Amino acid sequence: MSEIDADAAASQKLRKSERVKRKGNRTSEDGDSAGLGKGRAAAFVAPAMLLIAIFLVFPALWTLYLGLTNYRLTGFAATHPRFVGIDNYVNALTDSRFLNSLGLTLLFVLGSAVIGQSVLGFAIAWMMTRVRKGVKSVVEFFVLLAWIVPSSVSTFLWLALLDRNNGTLNTLFGTGTTAWLLQFPMQSIIVFNTWVGTAFSMLLFSSALGAVPPTQLESSKIAGAGAWAQLRDVIFPHIRSHVLTNTILITLWTFNTFTPYLLTAGGPDHRSEILPVYIYRLALSEGSLGQGSAVSLIMILINLVIALVYLRILREKKS
Amino acid sequence: MKHLGRTKFAVSSMALLSLTLTGCIGGGSSSTPVNPSQNADAKDVTLSISANAILGGKSDAEAVWITKSVIPKFEAEQKAKGVNVKVSFNPSGVEDEAFKSKMSLALKAHTAADLVELDGIWTGEFADAGYIKPLNDVVGKEKVTAWDGWKQIQPGIQQFTSYNGQAYGIPEGTDGRVIYFNKKLFQKAGLPADWQPKSWADILSAAEKLKSLSGVTPLQINAGTPMGEATTMQGFLPLLQGTGQPVYKDGKWQGASQGVKDVLDFYGKIYGSAKLGDPLLQQETDGRSKSFQLFADGKLGIIIEGDYLWRSVINPKGGIAPMADRDTVVGWAKIPAQAPGKGVNGTDFVSMSGGGGVFLNPDSKYPQQAWELLTFMNSAKILEDKFIPTPQLSARDDVNAAVLGKDPLLTYIAKEVLPVSGFRPGVAVDPQVSLAIEDATGKAASGTSGEAAAQDYEKALEQLVDKSNVFK
Amino acid sequence: MNSMQATADSSARPALMRHFLGLMGKTLFIALVLAFFVIPVLWLVFAPFDAHPSLTIKAPQFTFHNFEVLFQTPGAIASLGNSIILALGTMILVLVLGALASYALSRVKIPGRDILLYTLLLLSSIITGTAAMVPTFLLMVKLGLIDSQLGVILILGSGIMPTVIFILKDFMDSIPKSYEESARIYGAKPLRILWDVGVPLARPGLATIAVWAVVQVWGNFLVPYILLQTPSRTPAAVVIYTFYTEGGQPNLALISAFSLLFSIPVIAMYFFVNTRYGFRFYGGIKS
Repeated sequence: MSEIDADAAASQKLRKSERVKRKGNRTSEDGDSAGLGKGRAAAFVAPAMLLIAIFLVFPALWTLYLGLTNYRLTGFAATHPRFVGIDNYVNALTDSRFLNSLGLTLLFVLGSAVIGQSVLGFAIAWMMTRVRKGVKSVVEFFVLLAWIVPSSVSTFLWLALLDRNNGTLNTLFGTGTTAWLLQFPMQSIIVFNTWVGTAFSMLLFSSALGAVPPTQLESSKIAGAGAWAQLRDVIFPHIRSHVLTNTILITLWTFNTFTPYLLTAGGPDHRSEILPVYIYRLALSEGSLGQGSAVSLIMILINLVIALVYLRILREKKS
Repeated sequence: MKHLGRTKFAVSSMALLSLTLTGCIGGGSSSTPVNPSQNADAKDVTLSISANAILGGKSDAEAVWITKSVIPKFEAEQKAKGVNVKVSFNPSGVEDEAFKSKMSLALKAHTAADLVELDGIWTGEFADAGYIKPLNDVVGKEKVTAWDGWKQIQPGIQQFTSYNGQAYGIPEGTDGRVIYFNKKLFQKAGLPADWQPKSWADILSAAEKLKSLSGVTPLQINAGTPMGEATTMQGFLPLLQGTGQPVYKDGKWQGASQGVKDVLDFYGKIYGSAKLGDPLLQQETDGRSKSFQLFADGKLGIIIEGDYLWRSVINPKGGIAPMADRDTVVGWAKIPAQAPGKGVNGTDFVSMSGGGGVFLNPDSKYPQQAWELLTFMNSAKILEDKFIPTPQLSARDDVNAAVLGKDPLLTYIAKEVLPVSGFRPGVAVDPQVSLAIEDATGKAASGTSGEAAAQDYEKALEQLVDKSNVFK
Repeated sequence: MNSMQATADSSARPALMRHFLGLMGKTLFIALVLAFFVIPVLWLVFAPFDAHPSLTIKAPQFTFHNFEVLFQTPGAIASLGNSIILALGTMILVLVLGALASYALSRVKIPGRDILLYTLLLLSSIITGTAAMVPTFLLMVKLGLIDSQLGVILILGSGIMPTVIFILKDFMDSIPKSYEESARIYGAKPLRILWDVGVPLARPGLATIAVWAVVQVWGNFLVPYILLQTPSRTPAAVVIYTFYTEGGQPNLALISAFSLLFSIPVIAMYFFVNTRYGFRFYGGIKS
């Protein structure tokens, strides 16, 4: 019984904080609650921006400049790079290997980030609102463990899991000598990346769900709404902005993750060569830094387009 | 408005910075003229050595040798001459590609060690970039030719650290490829213990017999991208040597020739139609390690590998897949040409050899002392410190004579294999050609016809070199 | 609690049945989730203590030998200390500068703020890639920051700063502004308000970002490998890649043992942060 009391108290607290929040939002319309003033605000922002300008923007722009040259890490072009204009871009966009890689990347992002991490992360967060605290801590710990273990370690874990001869998965399911990484390379790295990244979505959604007023849930339940309707009509409107933040960030991260290289090396036969792996091969194995830089820019432009699409979808629905 | 001013300032100062810095992309090493006599009489000298070796990790023996033998002994020798030398070692011990990138960057930015240990196949691209310079320029021709070690190093091996006829460094060691087999399995399959195949057909027929043993993969010849350089050196190139023409001749690369097609068809037969090898093993990221493990466990009949397999993998003492009965169970033979007499220069047997060496950084503040250290490292006496505890093929004949005696395989390679061995071209584009080779063999091993894989290979080649530099 | 609630809510049979099925479903879901996240980790529990570890999970031939070898390997254990220096350094840098910037960006409307932030976010993905290796290296040479842990901290910190600001700004947005207004009435200066009001309220968010920042730095190989030379400054992420043979074969005995040691500090930090500050996100772009 005491747990019910605690629940009631918690929901009361939430309602209160919701009120406070709304009030806060109202005052924020007139802006500057701390009386920063533009000058001080600039001073607050300046150190971070200065650092970013020197150590991030500058080398990033330089890299983009390299994308317009035939620059290489070694060989004659290393000391005598030639300006080649948009050749690298034309090469990339007409190269079947690049297009293959781009297609795989989109599949990878859709499968492991947008669907895998978000849906699983949300499902876990949702489920965790209705279990005992002990269960919740255990589940959250293991989900987070996958996220905080360094990638050099986690790839070994997955190599052992998916190994053809004596891998744990084959032993558990009696699937003989299925070579998961070779027969299902994309599926494998999608599941792997879901495993790695679900924690972030789970964390974000679990705090988002905490902000959904329980009274609204109750009333929709009384009105006879099914779980799906409840999700769509009550919960989603409250967490829309979290969904946006989450999707933008994990899309970008997934676009950039290089870790699958350690599992499949882009193979077999380029069948899991997602863009970061392709860039790594170009830049490091083949030493074609100019070409690698050009592909990097194409990659972030695609990211930009995707982010705009997300923004549109998630904003439109609100109005 | 203040912040706008700041932004403007930030933007304009960044633009300025980028103008000053984009200048450094090119330019490279030409900014410091080499002066061989610089600091030649210095009494206090600091030198450094970079190598892809680290204590307790990759190439531990090399790191032990540098830190426990080379450095203290050189410092002591110099002290006796009244020169106070301090030598430091920058270990690395990571994947070769990462190491290569780090060394490229350091040499480019003039922050590299005085002596840099590199793989011989990188010589061309490092030289073309100006990261390394001929020893004659850095040290002075007289000094270089006066070194008594050159006559101990065979011309083919000297090529490892040379480019366009100029020596850039001194080669340290070499290796050779043989065809290993498991005598126990051979006995079970009714094959002789002193097997020596004379043609590719002999390899196939022996593998066919091994096929009757259950749980045994008959044959492993490396193919595909995941095996990396091991595909090129232990697979494609020795086979190609056996078809009559080397991969690179008189400045031209071999395209979709009959030889290349034959090699790729041979792969197709092994991993496809004849089912003598395991095609999946060629695609796995840890396929090479697995092939070693299979061989060590007596589940693989025949494998073409370098002496590395014998020394570092199945070595009962300290190998990563130790084989307690290595000395009695493992046999080896020379790799046959496609048919007798079909090897390059009409030989019956073929192999490939490679190796690394130590290069002199043209930016060294103490070029004379660095040269002294380089020759000291490659003197017979000091090399023995390395090769006696862990026998390996040295670049020097006198050292080999002194250290290989006890090891039957290494002696065999030195006597029988090196004379028929081919060497890598060492030109700048070679590592990229190697990638195209790995790709082509991977395709052939997973079902693409030899003809189609050869055409793809030629296409890749023509993107790297001019069409007129491809022969058939 | 749930069964009690159910009996209290209704005594009707179908409802009870539905509840039972729900409970089953819930248990099954949790079991599957746990299996998915726990099974891969088992290797890390067994392999380090196995005399001959392989890529298989099996009952080990128990030994501490792998750790003994590791403790004798020069620099291996010390590298964990270096990782801590890099991780804490970066964490402090991004937390302090990120909190200041995100607070100001949250409270004062600067035109084009969101676009600027997102552009920086995109640029940060170039810098973390391999293609930016040469510019980064040459920049650090010019600035005299080669072979310096500070240099690594600055590069890594700048690389993750846009993300930090992006997330923290959302946090700051969700802090009720009424507190600051009251603090202001009592005459507190903005920095004081941030410290006394903003930081305590944003603490779970700051803690989460701190862990995220540490994790980013902890596993990074390329930047410290390329920028550092002196062995005594090498972090663990680089050292773990040295346990291979000259032919590239992994030494699983050392790798598995080191993997365990390499993972423990981040796990410990998770527990510390989780019990001390809680592990929570607020956030979401206000649209």
